[in-house]
Amino acid sequence: MNNSQKFTATSFTRSKETREKWVRYLMFVVTLLMALPVILLISYLVHKALPVLSLEFITDIPRNQMSAGGIWPAVLGTIYLVALSLMVAAPVGVMAGVYLNEYAKDNWFTRLINLAVINLAGVPSIVHALFGLGAFVLFAGLGESVIAASLTLAVMTMPVVITSTREALSAVPMSFREASWNMGVSRWQTIRGVVLPNSVSGILTGVILEVSRAAGETAPIMITGATASLTFRQGETVYYLLGEKFMALSYHLYYFSTQWTPPRLLLDEGTGEMLPMTQAAIEHAEAIPYGTAVVLLGVVLLFNSLSIAFRYYLRTHRKW
Amino acid sequence: MQLQRSKWKAFYEGLIEWIIRICGISAVVFVFAIFIFVFWEGKGLLFSGNFSVWELLTSEKWDPTHEPASFGAARIILGTFSVAILAMTIAVPFSLGGAIFISEFCGARLKEILKVVIELLAAIPSVVWGFIGLTVMSIFIRDLGSNTGLSVLNGAIILALMSMPIILSISEDALKAVPDSYREAAIGLGVTRWQMVYRVLLPGAKKGLLAAVLLGMGRVVGETMAVLMATGHALNNPFDTNPPFFHALMEVKTLTATIASEMGEVERGGEHWQVLFLIGVLLFTITFAVNMTAHLVVHGVKRK
Repeated sequence: MNNSQKFTATSFTRSKETREKWVRYLMFVVTLLMALPVILLISYLVHKALPVLSLEFITDIPRNQMSAGGIWPAVLGTIYLVALSLMVAAPVGVMAGVYLNEYAKDNWFTRLINLAVINLAGVPSIVHALFGLGAFVLFAGLGESVIAASLTLAVMTMPVVITSTREALSAVPMSFREASWNMGVSRWQTIRGVVLPNSVSGILTGVILEVSRAAGETAPIMITGATASLTFRQGETVYYLLGEKFMALSYHLYYFSTQWTPPRLLLDEGTGEMLPMTQAAIEHAEAIPYGTAVVLLGVVLLFNSLSIAFRYYLRTHRKW
Repeated sequence: MQLQRSKWKAFYEGLIEWIIRICGISAVVFVFAIFIFVFWEGKGLLFSGNFSVWELLTSEKWDPTHEPASFGAARIILGTFSVAILAMTIAVPFSLGGAIFISEFCGARLKEILKVVIELLAAIPSVVWGFIGLTVMSIFIRDLGSNTGLSVLNGAIILALMSMPIILSISEDALKAVPDSYREAAIGLGVTRWQMVYRVLLPGAKKGLLAAVLLGMGRVVGETMAVLMATGHALNNPFDTNPPFFHALMEVKTLTATIASEMGEVERGGEHWQVLFLIGVLLFTITFAVNMTAHLVVHGVKRK
């Protein structure tokens, strides 16, 4: 083949192609600029947290007016919050999803529910907090407590469960249901025996996301019962009663970074004297909020990765 | 052989279906309950003689603890919108660029990785963002000439980083919703990818992209912890009638942060307490309006 037969680019095509190349690079850089700074910032947090990060930091109680020791009470409080809010948000959310996907007809009322789900997800977290304060703390008389805060979180995170349940249910082919109905199986039995077993992993991804949201939220719990000033004795088993105030990781981080100042003098265990903090102790105390941030971030990202991995597994192992 | 289902089973099924129905309407109930409860706590002040909504919205004098108290939230509202608008100015170009890159320009593998990264970024809790603003971002902002580093700019950068993944993923969905036949038709006419994006996809996904920006705006206005920690929380008006018109390095107060920081210190049931609930009603109304607008914008697309 000689050269004259080949297509040669005109200057117009060339300029078009150069522009295309540049646009491509620009978009790539823009995308990287979104992710890279955040990754750098997180590495910085981890770097600053290194002096305190250890397993003991998670399992130890705060000591020396919180200038030393760990964050176990806060970790436990977050576990309480997540478990309690899950107990409410998961069943109600899943059933709401079932209703919307399996029972609801396409009418104005269903559209109203859809709008409500969208808006519930969009209500600012601090407004949820005000709702929790008005409804659970005061009206229901629960007081500022773990249970009030968990219920507030449950209302707030429910849209996550509803949306993912709906998605999971609508992925089950209609023919599965039709086959079941043709056998004379009732509607609910079909849902329980056919639809739910085939969508349970999809629903689980939503539930895991709920866990991650509930663990990270601060505003809804800060006026419904979270506190940072509980003290625990050495060797005491940490637990909360449902009607008690509690500590939580997210609030702990907020409190530590904005309100807390290291104590001037500390009781020396050996001599019983009040001594000023050593330089090393101050540095250690300053690393505690970074450590808390890293633990919180770790928990949230762990659960999110789990959810993503689950979804990926689902997509590659679909049975139909 | 028993062909009839037992009465107990029929009852059990009816019960379950009713429970499902009740859960189904729970979202509607909660949305109304949120409005009613928040409004209820604030209504005493709203209908009392010494308060007017006009004053709340326009007066610059916020002095709720003073006697007599004055409840002018204009500076707080301006603070909220200054942070939100600056944040959106930063976030929108980046997230639209990112969405276009992910949906049109990159390979399948990179796309997968980037989407996972973006999703993880969206999951970072707001209190961690606030902490980053307080400890890391403030160092850079201090170099620009601010004393504490806590400012409109700090809050806006943090909010931009926070909202970019959300705006990006909604925009990407909007671009994905443009039918492939549009793309094929354009490519078939010999245009480059960028020309296709610019001339075909962006006009085609216009409404979805607008909705993405609106939803991002709703998020940014309603965000609490990050602004509470990063904007410095002082009652200032960042807008100015003289040049430079806008003080990006000023500390401001926002609606959300005002509630979060003052709620813990006020007397339960007092006027200050009630005005904070009224601010909650205002916030609810703003985000409700923004979300509804976004929904209606997208809905128009679907009907067409």
